[in-house]
Amino acid sequence: MKKDFTKGMRHGIPIMLGYLSVSFGFGILAIQKNLSILAAVGISVTNLTSAGQVAGVEVIAAGGSLLEMILCQIVINLRYSLMSLSLSQKLDQSFTLPHRLIAAYGITDEIFALASTREEPIKPAYMYGLIFTPFLGWSLGTLLGATAGNLLPTQVTAAMSLMLYGMFIAIIIPPAKKNRRILFVVLLSACFSVLLKFLLPMIGDGFAVIIAALLSSVITALLFPVGSKEAPQ
Amino acid sequence: MSIVIYIAVMALTTYLIRVIPFAAVRGKIKSRFINSVLYYMPYAVLSAMTFPAIFWATGDILTSAVGTVIALVMAYFDLPLIAVALGSSAGAFLTDIVIGLF
Repeated sequence: MKKDFTKGMRHGIPIMLGYLSVSFGFGILAIQKNLSILAAVGISVTNLTSAGQVAGVEVIAAGGSLLEMILCQIVINLRYSLMSLSLSQKLDQSFTLPHRLIAAYGITDEIFALASTREEPIKPAYMYGLIFTPFLGWSLGTLLGATAGNLLPTQVTAAMSLMLYGMFIAIIIPPAKKNRRILFVVLLSACFSVLLKFLLPMIGDGFAVIIAALLSSVITALLFPVGSKEAPQ
Repeated sequence: MSIVIYIAVMALTTYLIRVIPFAAVRGKIKSRFINSVLYYMPYAVLSAMTFPAIFWATGDILTSAVGTVIALVMAYFDLPLIAVALGSSAGAFLTDIVIGLF
């Protein structure tokens, strides 16, 4: 139990480092939009999401309505529903309803990426560890950005914004190398995503990811259905 | 309007989006088709989030492209996540410095 938590924490360290830099940027932005340091950190601690928080701060700064806030969060964060549905099939038997209610808070793009590509079923203690270190990075980075935002040279923060993408690549390339069906879905999804970005930029990044991911997984599932051996645990 | 209300509404909306499928789908899904879609989904989501967004990550397409190539090569050789993430950032940073020299 304790070992699973520690293992999760350790696996969460790359995410934590990536989050430190991204949330640093969020902290700077929140202060620029006239939010207090407490509000900036409060948003990060309660939301744990990047794009959704930036959009939320814009709504607050513009004095938008609560309906606007709700719709904007749904559009940007709907991809989490797909992720939690997918992750629900990877959970260990010990993942009871109370654990699900708590752990759902921490389903982010990166945490999902690590949890869902693991071979074995996910235990609650592992999931909590995997959420904990990134949570620290996200909150601490926001606090640092909000209080001391302009101390780091922009060249460093700019380069650091590549970290999370670099991690995504490190997650998808090794299995794609071994399994041509995974390579197929990766390439197809990237193509759809690029096409949507350039041909239909008005749909926005949140929806573009959902459409590209759904289309490519459905097409790949129709072409290459997964046998019981490879099926998710 | 109080900022506390904004933050509460924002946090609750985001939480509900995450928790509803996570708590509602308790059993194993039997359909082979749906299982196949869910099997491919993580790779598809990560790929769609990375491309093309990675090419604007640093705010400069050249330094981002250098970082992307480094990440692809390092990942191809199965290097650990943290090494790939740092290597990609370091490559973009050094490229930025080198460009600055000219």
